[in-house]
Amino acid sequence: MTTPPLAVEMRGITKTFPGVVANADVHLAVRAGEIHALLGENGAGKSTLMNILAGLYRPDAGEIWLHGQRVEIHSPADAIRLGVGMVHQHFKLVETLTVAENVILGLKEPAFRLDMKQVAAEIQTLAQRYKLDLDPNAYIWQLSVGEQQRVEIFKMLYRNADILILDEPTAVLTPQESEELGHTLRRMIQEPAVRHPSAQKAIIFITHKLDEVIEFSDRVTVLRNGRVEATLNTAETTKAELARLMVGRTVLFRLEKPPFEPHVTEEMRREVLFAVRDLHALNDKGLPAVRGVTLEVHAGEILGIAGVAGNGQRELAQTIAGLRRATKGQVLVRCGGPDGKLEDVTNRAPQEIIESGLGYVPANRLGTGLVGNLPVSSNLILKGYRKAPLSRGPFLDRTSIGQFASRLISAFQIVTPSADRPVRLLSGGNLQKVILAREITAGKAMMVAVNPTRGLDVGATESVQRTLLEQRAKGAGILLISEDLDELMSICDRIAVMFEGQIVGIVPADKASREELGLMMAGGHQAPTEEVAHAPAN
Amino acid sequence: MPLQIEPRLAPSRLANVLAPLVAIVLALLFSGILLVAVGVDPLETYRAMLRGAFGSAYAISETLVRATPLMFTGLAVSIAFRMLFWNIGAEGQLAMGAFAASGVALFLSQSVPWLKGPALLLAMALAAFAAGAVWGLIPGSLKAFLGVNEIITSLMLNYVAILWIQYLYYGPWKDPQGFGFPGTARFPDDAVLPRLKDTAWLPQLFDTGRVHWGLFLAIVAAVLLWLVLDRTRWGYEIKVIGENPRAARYAGMNIVRNILLVMIVSGGLAGLAGFSQVAGISYRLQQGIVVGDGYTAIIVAWLARLNPFGVLLVATLLAALFVGGDQIQITMGLPAAVAQVLQGAILFFVLASSFFTQYRIRWTGRRAAVVGEQ
Repeated sequence: MTTPPLAVEMRGITKTFPGVVANADVHLAVRAGEIHALLGENGAGKSTLMNILAGLYRPDAGEIWLHGQRVEIHSPADAIRLGVGMVHQHFKLVETLTVAENVILGLKEPAFRLDMKQVAAEIQTLAQRYKLDLDPNAYIWQLSVGEQQRVEIFKMLYRNADILILDEPTAVLTPQESEELGHTLRRMIQEPAVRHPSAQKAIIFITHKLDEVIEFSDRVTVLRNGRVEATLNTAETTKAELARLMVGRTVLFRLEKPPFEPHVTEEMRREVLFAVRDLHALNDKGLPAVRGVTLEVHAGEILGIAGVAGNGQRELAQTIAGLRRATKGQVLVRCGGPDGKLEDVTNRAPQEIIESGLGYVPANRLGTGLVGNLPVSSNLILKGYRKAPLSRGPFLDRTSIGQFASRLISAFQIVTPSADRPVRLLSGGNLQKVILAREITAGKAMMVAVNPTRGLDVGATESVQRTLLEQRAKGAGILLISEDLDELMSICDRIAVMFEGQIVGIVPADKASREELGLMMAGGHQAPTEEVAHAPAN
Repeated sequence: MPLQIEPRLAPSRLANVLAPLVAIVLALLFSGILLVAVGVDPLETYRAMLRGAFGSAYAISETLVRATPLMFTGLAVSIAFRMLFWNIGAEGQLAMGAFAASGVALFLSQSVPWLKGPALLLAMALAAFAAGAVWGLIPGSLKAFLGVNEIITSLMLNYVAILWIQYLYYGPWKDPQGFGFPGTARFPDDAVLPRLKDTAWLPQLFDTGRVHWGLFLAIVAAVLLWLVLDRTRWGYEIKVIGENPRAARYAGMNIVRNILLVMIVSGGLAGLAGFSQVAGISYRLQQGIVVGDGYTAIIVAWLARLNPFGVLLVATLLAALFVGGDQIQITMGLPAAVAQVLQGAILFFVLASSFFTQYRIRWTGRRAAVVGEQ
């Protein structure tokens, strides 16, 4: 059997943004009649590559070939003319218009007289061909998210798209809707391409979920750090292999774990500093994201949480920090630090959690962790400004704040010309140092950190990891949520793997293998090595 | 395009000072062309405006009288705007302040015997502050608890407040001895803010004019507000919430409580503008107290970059523009529309100039870099 013709070929695509190489010499070949998955972590360059194909970005270098012809795509309109349609993660629909109105929105035809009845009839016919259940006269606001997505896909079909790009299509769908989407996509690729009737349509979908790749795709291209790691036949690969390719083997700096300080005794290290018991929480869409997590973080321990992004890690961290409601279960924190009592702080106000001494390094540095336009010093006091000596009664003590800021800047080696500089002008590594300096100082040897090294260069990454290890040596308990397996394996004591909101296994970091973790990250199997968590201490 | 607009990374002091100055010059040039077109000497007109606003002690006094309510409402709006709470309701809050102060002056002073002298003025001010605060708390709590858009609610409440005080001075509170004139009876003498020329212990800055103690109250309010915003924990919280509400929540700040507190202060300050107008100028609740100062306050706050001392300065300059504009109608016989065109042009140019304090235009040569999001 001959190889089917290529519907899309992207050759040597390079795209840089100021300070970031989003795509470096990327080759992508998509066959006609296949569903091709583009797999990679956040920031791997998947969306950039597809935005180039859809005409939203111009590549710095490289060529695009469609059905064997070299093309130049200057705009989304060009892309649509060439048969490339993209469904974005955030839908571009007008809520107050009907399905039919949204479908024809932006089309040049009809030029003058618009017969909505005829349009509706046309839509019905085309929808039946693809077995898409659509009511042309329904308003968008009446539709569920899954139905809205169907309208978006249909819009592209109505524009005669031969190559359909879907950006994280299932991120917003329920499992049932996802399954239905799969059937729709299967039917689509059996249709002949409008411009090349001898070939079939092709579908590219962007995802970071391994299950979807296995379930939906014929072939898969894995991107990491803007480069292609591999293109594989889905039938011939495994989730574990994909996980390894996606997460990758970055350079391992073997960080030595510094020895514990003398006051950190064996006995002390058996002490639970904070814990969650059977914790449940919903995500922003109201769907269960954390589903019965039980974990204990001990003094002098870094407990890592591994997992593919979007499996509830972010929600877990937010729920512990009091920024998200727990629907069930408990968050326990040793209020006041190692000498305090383990107290139930479930669903307390964020301020009370802060006062209990639990530091929190959020995933989104400038979005949540810092106030970009305010000076470094104002950001350093964000957690401690309520207390003396930073404030006296209702007043801020500017002298103490200045001293406090310069002490932290030198202790944590934050590179900034002055404490008055707006924090957003600092580099990523220094932003993270500001947050770490603040959380360590305001907290009492307890911390939850989410992706603290994501997007940082090698030096900054090492400095952040070193800081966490120093805190461990001083007896701190740290819950480290990371998508970087190397990081987890090099600095954690234990690694828990989270999948679909649950902890599927906990392994000691020195005994963990990448393959085993990758498999668990894909929902593979329970780890046999240890109890899922220690028995609750009474 | 070889020209590229890019945001300034750090604010430029030079641009902050230069942009409004250049804007004023451009506005004067622009209006000059219009004035020549209608056959008026522009230089003569500008000189007359300047003389009208600052040419004599009386002129300066009138300018300050006009500026006083703008100072209060400008401060009111700027504290709310700092938290990105769009209080468009200073107008109504001013009206409610005027209503409450008048109620205390006319009726409560009759029934409470010890409300005399300074105590009466103090009670009027407190009542005005409270009434404005309540009026501000309505959109504040709707926003804080139910997420209702504060722009709509605060704006709508303006009409309610304005019609309410109109009802009072056309109806039940109308002065029976007022010859049918719409307005309440004159306040008792104790309920009047002294004029500066009548204040013996002050150095005689003004031996004439209507400028009154309300001006001092506005300056004190500005100093207090600056102190709160710049030096207190609460001011810090307002700043953080305004810049990044998510970081504020993350830092454990109570956003609901802060919205309510800020609207108490914002509404209260606007209420004091009402107190200052009835107790300092009209001595009764009547037509002409609510004249758009609550809306002009938005321009004042914006031009002052939400800085309390900036508000004092901008309010005075805007007031000069208004008073000078009135003067050229009288002295040069120009139609009112000319003065308004001048005011409009200056405001328009100055507001547009703020673009250059936030962005700079760069010559990038042949090839424009692609601006992409990352």
